Amino acid sequence: MEDKQQMSVSVWRGGATGSFQSYSVKVEDNQTVLDVVAWIQQYADPTLSYRYACRVGMCGSCAMMVNGTPRWTCRTHVNKVLVDGKMEIAPLRNLPVIKDLATDMDPFFEKWVAAEGFHHPTQTRHDPIEPISPTSEDRVEANAGIECINCSVCYAACDTVAGNPDYLGPAALQRAWSVYNDSKDANKLAILDAVSGVGGCHNCHSQGSCTVHCPNELNPMAAIAGLKRETARNFFKRRK
Amino acid sequence: MMTLKLYMAQRISALIMAPLVLMHIAVMIYAIQGGLSAAEILGRTQGSVLWMLFYATFVVAVSVHAAIGLRTVLSEWAGLRGGLLNGIAWAILAVLLILGMQAVYGVTAT
Amino acid sequence: MIRGYRTHTLWLAFLLHRVSGVALALFLPAHFWVLSYALNKPESLDGFLNWADMGIVKLAEFGLVFLLAVHMFGGLRLMALEWLPWTSGQKTAAAGAVGLSTLLAGVFLLRAI
Repeated sequence: MEDKQQMSVSVWRGGATGSFQSYSVKVEDNQTVLDVVAWIQQYADPTLSYRYACRVGMCGSCAMMVNGTPRWTCRTHVNKVLVDGKMEIAPLRNLPVIKDLATDMDPFFEKWVAAEGFHHPTQTRHDPIEPISPTSEDRVEANAGIECINCSVCYAACDTVAGNPDYLGPAALQRAWSVYNDSKDANKLAILDAVSGVGGCHNCHSQGSCTVHCPNELNPMAAIAGLKRETARNFFKRRK
Repeated sequence: MMTLKLYMAQRISALIMAPLVLMHIAVMIYAIQGGLSAAEILGRTQGSVLWMLFYATFVVAVSVHAAIGLRTVLSEWAGLRGGLLNGIAWAILAVLLILGMQAVYGVTAT
Repeated sequence: MIRGYRTHTLWLAFLLHRVSGVALALFLPAHFWVLSYALNKPESLDGFLNWADMGIVKLAEFGLVFLLAVHMFGGLRLMALEWLPWTSGQKTAAAGAVGLSTLLAGVFLLRAI
């Protein structure tokens, strides 16, 4: 682009098949990638589909591939990703595309359930609240992954997911690890079994793209390593 | 496509091999000077029960390890699944075991 | 193939581990085949070993020793990552595996030529 005030933005249009379409967008001083997508939808092409909600990095709905890298678009500044006045925006990788920049997140969330990444209660609401020390070892381990916003950036960055559609993926496994370390959880063996199948944690090759790209700087690779350690330990225990 | 059992077999075979590989590299560095000959190799290994056990363990571990490893690669990079994938993995295991044991016999038998 | 999200140390360590593993697995049948001649046809083995004395083959052997060493050290790093309490410094460990392997293969090459 000759004009420094304009950038050229390639945006994916279509579903599983489709093509990139180029838009010229005015460069602003403070502008996120999501701002650019919103501008295109409002002023250039109202048929553009995309997903967002909070715009402040809490809800995890607006992740997209920006220049081939998965990012939370609401917290990604344009000047960080613009190359020679150009930028490419595509729907998240490893998920079915519904239309344009909106992907179907169902497989991603179904895997959270498949990994038993939910609470198995030990008590009822009538029991007194059990105090948990925030500095206890288990709690520190559980806390490490608790700030996940389900944005699917790690899932899109993972080549093991790309090569094996059954693989539960970094986010679901990290949640399973958090729940596993919750001292109030009643069914830890169910978690270990759920992460030991054909799509389980043992498929992970520790490529670490999840950890590199997580916008909240969490470490799913370490969580998955924890699951491998516990399943391996349990493998010997159960054989005795 | 990797289950807990395959993972354990992969890691245990790897742990067994780590010291064997170090020894193997040490022997290579020792033996390569001045070139190799059949007589030199046989002089070291022929009739030795210890070398026979060393290499037989090595062959079993590497056959298991390579079969599982190639199975993963074929699944992820070639999209193979199910019976075909497992059949090829078993075939790799069989071929490596047979060829490997022939080699162990070749250098240690008298 | 190597897109933006992949260009970081541990992904490259993964690629090296996979490529070295496949290469070693493909090399194994030939390795076994040649050695099985030792007892019954030592002249065939010697014929092969003479061929292997060429400089270019020595260089290929340097490559094989490197691949073997880097697959082992890289694998030990992965098992430490998986089974020992989590340690940071994985990038350093991966670089160390490459360095150590280059050193071992280098010693081999210097003794070979």
